[in-house]
This record gives sequence, structure tokens and C-alpha cells, in this order.
Amino acid sequence: MAKHHVATTVNGDAVEFLCETQETLLDCLRDQLGLTGTKEGCSTGDCGACSVTVDGRLVCSCLVLGVEANGKSIGTIEGMAKGDELHPLQRKFIEHAALQCGICTPGFLVASKALLEKTPNPTEIELRYWLAGNLCRCTGYDKIVRAVLDAATEMRGA
Amino acid sequence: MRYEAPSSLDQAVALLAKESGDARILAGGTDLLVQMRTDILDPVLIIDIKGIAETRQIKEEAGGFRVGAAVTGAELKEHAKLKSVWPGVVEAANLIGSTQVQGRATMGGNLCNGSPAADSVPALIAAGAKATIVGPKGRRDVPVEDVMLAPRKLCLTKGEIIASFLLPPKPARTGDAYLRFIPRTEMDIAVVGCGVCLTLDAGGKCTAARVSLGAVAARPLLVAPAAAALVGTSVDDAALQKLDAAARAACQPIDDKRGTKEYRIKVAGVLARRTALIALERARKA
Repeated sequence: MAKHHVATTVNGDAVEFLCETQETLLDCLRDQLGLTGTKEGCSTGDCGACSVTVDGRLVCSCLVLGVEANGKSIGTIEGMAKGDELHPLQRKFIEHAALQCGICTPGFLVASKALLEKTPNPTEIELRYWLAGNLCRCTGYDKIVRAVLDAATEMRGA
Repeated sequence: MRYEAPSSLDQAVALLAKESGDARILAGGTDLLVQMRTDILDPVLIIDIKGIAETRQIKEEAGGFRVGAAVTGAELKEHAKLKSVWPGVVEAANLIGSTQVQGRATMGGNLCNGSPAADSVPALIAAGAKATIVGPKGRRDVPVEDVMLAPRKLCLTKGEIIASFLLPPKPARTGDAYLRFIPRTEMDIAVVGCGVCLTLDAGGKCTAARVSLGAVAARPLLVAPAAAALVGTSVDDAALQKLDAAARAACQPIDDKRGTKEYRIKVAGVLARRTALIALERARKA
């Protein structure tokens, strides 16, 4: 069968790619578009390393077919920094040493950004529940939680 | 593997009916893609139903709500009116998976995946919801408790799709609730799930009840004796003890890594009591 022609928007840029039905959005981002910031962890929706937004909604890109991206607007980690200027979440992750090996980090950043866009002043409990689908085996989570709450404070201009 | 995204139920039904190989419906994909990835399924055709209006809408209908089979958990949570009328149903759907999974997972998929531990199903059963099934012979409404027959087995015949759920009008002084037991606080599959919906009269006596249990039998159960333990009472301690016993008596669980038979039976009784108390509190305020 012919490949699907997918026309979508990634981080505001119109892009097109070809994919097979069974290729996931994660596969397409990494292998067709070269956007390797989105990481593959479990491939079964448990770890959150592949988190992206689709039309503003946080999802695991391993649980979305590439062909489903047609006509949608995708947000990935590559859209977070503005050129050389890091997003406040990215800066706070560095300041708080909220990462070690780094594989989970793009997913945590994309997920945290999605939370703060809806909920600029989350409680720690809200934040921990929101991030329950992002697994990190290095940090023990506390540094991540502190980094996100600190970034939220800064982003509110507090 | 072919992919089709029809814009009408008629087209979807026609595609499904004429396919001789394994065809699968794609709603949120949070079960389907995992099963494809782990080689449990290798369909020849995927029919994405998200382009069909009825599957994606929440509408007030006949005094209740029609909820599309492909409405996501996140969308249910954001629907303030549905959440205020049927909080148990929305909370049950919201227990499924992570934030990311909630962005995709649907009640239609949760039911059609055919797991006895599906969180939204006992809540839908307790609420008295019907599944609207569309197929080559037209539409039919089936009580949710009659849809799943056994693990991975549904009452759907060739070409049939669940398009939406119909939640009935909620009588005055009625409350619903769903609780599940898992050994942690998030991201797990129910050891036991329990949905309760009950109605009180002006004097606080229970006039109607529905109790449903998940993960304690080959399919989610509507437990009439458990409901009977509440009706005619003020849902006092004696009634709750009878509810506990009736819930335990209905269980036919398996032993697995999540719990032994004995454990599941014990938990089912405790969970039924706790769920009934939340439903009672809500009924008093409704």
C-alpha cells in the first residue's frame, strides 16, 4: 500500500512527511523529520519520555499514529527554547540539577509546560499528579518538582 | 496495514462490515497501539472514528447526556456540567492512566478493549448508561452491563461500532461515585473497582440503587443483591454491612499478580461500603 502523505504543523512550521500506517508520531518525528529531542522510552505509554502536544493537548507520541497528525498542530521540545534563549523551565532544570542522564527530560519539560499554560500556579500535589506519567530513574523527582515550581513562580512574574 | 478515517458512521460501518481480515477501531489508541506494538494484534485495517461528529461530542439529550465514544478523559474532565451531574462517571474515566493517556483515552475504547478491570465501565453501569451501537442493521441501545461478555469479548456483531453512550436523566437526590483499589496512588490497573449510584427520598431513605463491581469476575458486574441491601434503608451501618456481604458474594475473581481471590473478595466489600458513602453524600447534596 502507498504511504500516507501527512501535512502537519510542528512547532509552528508547516511540514510534510510520508509514513506507513503503523508508524507512530514518535517514529515520524524522529525518523522522518529528524526531530530527535522527543525520546523513545517504553513505547507503551507508561514513561512519558515521548511527550508532545497535539493541538495543545499533552499526549504520548508513541500512542499516536503518524497519519493522525494530518492537519494537526504538534508541539515538541524543539519548540521550547527561542533560539539560544532557554525557556524558564529549561533554565530552572539546569539550576536545580533536575536531570542526570537526560532521557526523560524533554518529556518532563513538555509536560510541565503544558501544565503551566493551564495552571500557572499549581500546588505541589497537582504538579506531582500531573507528572505521574513521566518516569525518571535518576533524580528521585524532588529536584524536578522544585525546578518546575520555581519556574512557575518566575513565569508568573512573582 | 490500511488506515481509514471516515467522516460518517455509515462509512465506518460499511468499511468494517466488508473487511474480511482483522479490522480495528481506533479511538484514543492507548490500548490498540500498545497491542500492535507488542504483537498481540496485527490488523489489516484501522478505522479511525475521530472524524465522526457523534463520537466526539458531549450533548444534553432527553434530560441526560449523550457522550461520544471517542471523547477523551481530559475532555470529560473539562465539561463542568457533565462532571457536576455524573461525577462518578467522570472521575472513573479520569483514573485511567496518566495525564498523557487522559489526552487520548476514551470510554468507548475502555469498554471495547474488553478488560474486566476497565475503570469507566462500572461507573457507567452504576449510572444506568446505555451504549448506542451502530451497525449494518441500524442503531440499537444496549445497557453497558450487557456489552462485555468475557475478557476481550463483546456483544458486538460484524460491522458494529459503539458510537456513543447515553447517560439517563438523573433523578433528584441522586448521587454516583466510583472507587478503585490499587496498591499505589496513580498509574495502575484496578485490583477491584466499584461504582454506586443511589437515590434518596425526601426523608433520606434510599429508594433506588445500582452497584457495579469491576476486576472481580470475567466481566464488570451489575450486582442486584448489593443494590437491594441499600434500598429501603437510610444507608446506615447495618445496610452497609449487608452491602459488603452482597458485594463479596458476587465476586468470582482470579488470582493474579495484583491480588489473590481472597484479597479481591475482601476488598470488594470494603470498597462497596466506601463508594456507597460517597454516593450517599452526593445524593444528600443533589
